[in-house]
Amino acid sequence: MDLDKIIEVAGLTVDFDGKTVLSDVSFNAYNGQVTVILGGSGSGKTTVLRQILGLNPIRQGKINVLGKDISTLDESEQTKLYMKMGVFYQNGGLISSLTVGENVALPLEQHTNLPKEIIEEIVKMKLSLVYLQDTYKMYPSQLSGGMFKRAALARAIVMDPQMLLCDEPGAGLDPVSLASLDQLILDLKKLMKMSIIIVTHEVSSILRIADRVIFLENTKAIFEGTLSDALKSKKEPLINFFNKGKGQ
Amino acid sequence: MQKKEKEQAQENKSQPEYFIEGNTLFLYDSLKFNQAGQFVLEALKKLKKHKSKVLVVNLKNLKDIDSAGVTAINYLKNKLTKKGINVRIDDAPESISKKLELFSMQKPPAEIQTFKPSFLESIGQNLYSFFSDYFMRFLYLAADVFYWSINDLFNSKARRKGEVVNQAILIGVNATLIVVVMSFIIGLVIALQSSAQLRHFGADIFIVDLTVIAMMAQMGPLITAILVAGRSGSAIAAEVATMKVTAELDALKTMGINSVRFVIVPKIYGCLSTIPFLTILANIAGIAGGMVAANIFLDITPEIFINRMGHSLYNKDIITSIIKSLVYGSLIVLTGSFFGLRVKEGAEGVGKSTTIAVVVAISLVIIADSILGLIFYT
Repeated sequence: MDLDKIIEVAGLTVDFDGKTVLSDVSFNAYNGQVTVILGGSGSGKTTVLRQILGLNPIRQGKINVLGKDISTLDESEQTKLYMKMGVFYQNGGLISSLTVGENVALPLEQHTNLPKEIIEEIVKMKLSLVYLQDTYKMYPSQLSGGMFKRAALARAIVMDPQMLLCDEPGAGLDPVSLASLDQLILDLKKLMKMSIIIVTHEVSSILRIADRVIFLENTKAIFEGTLSDALKSKKEPLINFFNKGKGQ
Repeated sequence: MQKKEKEQAQENKSQPEYFIEGNTLFLYDSLKFNQAGQFVLEALKKLKKHKSKVLVVNLKNLKDIDSAGVTAINYLKNKLTKKGINVRIDDAPESISKKLELFSMQKPPAEIQTFKPSFLESIGQNLYSFFSDYFMRFLYLAADVFYWSINDLFNSKARRKGEVVNQAILIGVNATLIVVVMSFIIGLVIALQSSAQLRHFGADIFIVDLTVIAMMAQMGPLITAILVAGRSGSAIAAEVATMKVTAELDALKTMGINSVRFVIVPKIYGCLSTIPFLTILANIAGIAGGMVAANIFLDITPEIFINRMGHSLYNKDIITSIIKSLVYGSLIVLTGSFFGLRVKEGAEGVGKSTTIAVVVAISLVIIADSILGLIFYT
């Protein structure tokens, strides 16, 4: 496989107040692929994502993102790296004092010199991609849970990032919205050659979009490989996960 | 390596490559975030004098485009269509036309009809909303709190164990030091500034009457209330607002628990059981401050000061002081809870409701002070 590594995690160990959350976790994510990080609740999926984003300090292990060791980056280098990433947080992370339109426009206003009218058009178009064209002037508090998540996704992709990181994007969405979201992710991957890292446990979604799977269990990464290898794996946690998840 | 450098250079290029020949606009290479803005502005300028009713946008040589590029083309198309020019996109390679399809708005946003009231109508609307949204709801909350406070007196089983004591400590006991220190300083300053005037008239001894009456009837309860409003009123508003934003109040409701009874009544008990004592301490500290100033600036010894106090301190002033403190305490808790419950948005809403709760609580305390002053001293 001749693919560039966009994320390299090596020997990552994380402790919170003496409790080990991740223990010697190593894996890679590749350019132009959808990499799904799986695992049960409390297995450290979100912590992995936060470590990749440099939101928590790295005490043991190494993480390279787009070829750069994130523990050595200064603030301006970190900002440059963030501009190549779109991040979708589990709870949306929309700023409550701004309208949905203003929230989505924020990265464009801060990091581009596009005219106001074009920014407005881009924002409306990105909102229409997630079926939220009528929410431009609404405040996040006026949105339902699913709409809130979709608005957050629109903000994450507004700059056409090279890499999109999503923390449970499908949680709380109905099956139709989930399928549309998956289609959007596939379109972004195919047409924009976007690399996508998703933390999720929606099996139907994983089967639709994943190229590569990382499975976390009891603080360790017990599997790393393609989706088809994951489905063929004889490891019990993986078999349970896919078999029980399919019935959901 | 060379390929990457080439890609990087392409990415950093801010000049869009295009030219207009006859009725056709040819786009080359790429149209991305850093070129889209300039492309739209320049192209619109150049096409200002476009005479033909048709414009073909030829994308045959366009190698890459992103969402900003697609938006720029669509924006240009809409602007020209409004001028009566029919714009057609031609010869787009498959990868480009797929992106054009993905990044074109699926359905334009619905037009929202807005009604703008006239000046007089807006005054009427604002007055009506003030009375219905603020005044009446504040009274409803006060009635609710009063009902549950009385009800809880006879129903100790439903009370949260230790919560009243906890609130009494938070609202009252923890404020003791600041209230005593501030009152002492204010008593000292009142006596200090008055002493110069009284000395002119040889009425030095009346510094005692002035300090005692000012502290007991006015300054003691007022200083205590303002400090408690700033300290605990804001905390009450922030706590209730956060509970509302994080759906804790909804959770209480769906568990069949009255949120006023569960959250606000312990605060009322805690405040009303401590604020009279705080006020008495503030009065004593203020008078002590006055005594120090009188001793230093008017040579009135503490013995003379205390002897003279018997002539100026009446039971009525002590009772008035306590009644005032109870009214102010109720207003502070009610205002904090009221604005906490009214919060609508997230983090910013909590901040707003906290600020407004403190401002309104202090304003209401001052208004109540003047009303009670009229009642007790006329």
